Amino acid sequence: MSLPDRKEAEVRRLLVQRTAEPVPADLAERALADGARLLRRRRVLRTVLWGVVLAGLLALTAWSLAARPWSEPPPTTTPPAVDW
Amino acid sequence: MREHQARQERLRAREFEVFVAGAGGRLLHAATLLTAEPPGAAPEAERLLVWALARTRADWGRLHGEDPYERTRQLLATRFAHTGRRYRRSRGGLLGVLAPQERLVLVLRLHEGVGEEQVAAGLGLPVERVRALHTRAMATVLSRPREDARAAHEPA
Repeated sequence: MSLPDRKEAEVRRLLVQRTAEPVPADLAERALADGARLLRRRRVLRTVLWGVVLAGLLALTAWSLAARPWSEPPPTTTPPAVDW
Repeated sequence: MREHQARQERLRAREFEVFVAGAGGRLLHAATLLTAEPPGAAPEAERLLVWALARTRADWGRLHGEDPYERTRQLLATRFAHTGRRYRRSRGGLLGVLAPQERLVLVLRLHEGVGEEQVAAGLGLPVERVRALHTRAMATVLSRPREDARAAHEPA
């Protein structure tokens, strides 16, 4: 074993040394609650986004049905070319 | 349909609980080393870990075979890297003498056994920088092996 390896092994031993630190019993519970909140927030965000998209589509349809922007021919601004 | 979804959510929650029961201790130990808190009294480490676990939980249905442990560790590491300044002061833990970034590299490399290149890629650092941080952290830890308890009372 080379010197750097031995040093690494020594530090590793220091790091993994576990004192009897108890894992709090409610750790999973807290993570579950926070995770559920995250999921709920994502779901609400997704619903709102879809709502905005659908409302926009609906508004566009209603407007185009009422205004019929295609029924009138486009105005001509170029004078007709004669004797050219 | 709705009932099927609810059942699937319950199943995922159960799987998640089993995962935390198995990996929680090790992850908490790593988090405690990062925040340099004394083992057994590490509220900051717990908060950090709960933050990462909650995201793993929320993505549980979309892991697609990815290891939840690695996902949580990665979340923990990037969160710590972004909020590291908050943990600069030692709270009496083993690695209190080190800068947050040095702690992070040391914990990932030695406690978690992650390779140099993978650490660099995960943190968005050049490999040389990771190597330098690792070397410096090692030297500091080895030169002051038992000062962790005293370091807590020294001004940072």
